[in-house]
Amino acid sequence: MPLLLDLFLTFLKIGAVSFGGGYAMIPMLTDEVLAHGWLTDAELMNFIAVSESTPGPIAINMATFVGASQGGILGAFLATVGVVLPAFIIILIVASSIKGLLQFAGVKGFLSGVRPVVVGLIISTGVLLFISVVLGYTKISEPLDFDYKALVIFALCAVVYFVYKFIRKKSISPILLIVLSALLGMLMYGVFY
Amino acid sequence: MEKFKNILRVFLAFFKIGLFTFGGGYAMIAVIERELVEKKGWITHEEFLDIIGIAESSPGPLAVNSATFIGYKRCGFFGALFATLGVILPSFIIIFAVSLVFERFLALEYVGYAFRGIQACVAFLILSAGIKMLKHLKRNLFNVLLVSLTIAAMILLEFFAPNFSTVFLILIGGVIGLCVYLVGYFKSKNKDEKGGNG
Repeated sequence: MPLLLDLFLTFLKIGAVSFGGGYAMIPMLTDEVLAHGWLTDAELMNFIAVSESTPGPIAINMATFVGASQGGILGAFLATVGVVLPAFIIILIVASSIKGLLQFAGVKGFLSGVRPVVVGLIISTGVLLFISVVLGYTKISEPLDFDYKALVIFALCAVVYFVYKFIRKKSISPILLIVLSALLGMLMYGVFY
Repeated sequence: MEKFKNILRVFLAFFKIGLFTFGGGYAMIAVIERELVEKKGWITHEEFLDIIGIAESSPGPLAVNSATFIGYKRCGFFGALFATLGVILPSFIIIFAVSLVFERFLALEYVGYAFRGIQACVAFLILSAGIKMLKHLKRNLFNVLLVSLTIAAMILLEFFAPNFSTVFLILIGGVIGLCVYLVGYFKSKNKDEKGGNG
């Protein structure tokens, strides 16, 4: 399949099943870009970090970023249109005619099964990324490569997150946490390696 | 002419929202509430709550869902189109610009180190987002079972069948939800009929 068409269709698929927005699309996205060989685990996480720290919805940022990295401006355009189109069409239908569509009991039943699966997917994506970053897991046949510095940074992020939550009674901004981990990365991998 | 001006206003309002909200999703709810409900009065608070409900039960980013809906309410199809374009455009321009220099930026020694640190943080952010969503889920047997089965399936698939698409897991979850709903529905219907006969 030509790359541009593939980008469009892949992001159309992701847009059509990402119930719950934002983080909910990351498991599908991870899956697709790795299966296509578009990005490595590390590149993907860099992209997620950039998408978190720039304005706009994460899903749009990620689609534009992955699209641009594979197919330049046309790739970025098609991936973004793809990820938006299902939401646009569905909401247009709901807003214009069938207001009760999403109140229909069958849809509610379907969504009641989708919701816990999405939560499970996000948690396992987090766990798998942890395994990949800290244990250096790539494939079952490859040896592991334990990175204790990544473990320390992960743990420090967790400590800062919980201390902040305990003191301020609200979650710390992801951008602050990303900046902190960037500084830690420079210190631990650059200065005291 | 008036219609054109209204469409332009919708476009600009959503362009601003796209430009100034970081992290998307729920950060955006607060901004839309302040800008479009309180200041501009384009929709009422109740309508906005409805939109959030609709956004939660339809796929795609919340920002796009609300832009399409509010745009349509204000000026029909073109309102929806330009509201959606407005909310996407800042992301698109900024990320495209970043993507042009990102490789070179990443090749700088210390930037590379910074991103190695960031990767550990991203794993944490995703995990904590998942756990936060888990806390909002009702604690019943159905949800606990589906969440644990999904996690088990994902981890087994990662090790033994990395090419299996997670899209299927979502669809399977939906079908299970539908079946459970239908079983419950027919059971209660049967009961009603029996009750009626006796």
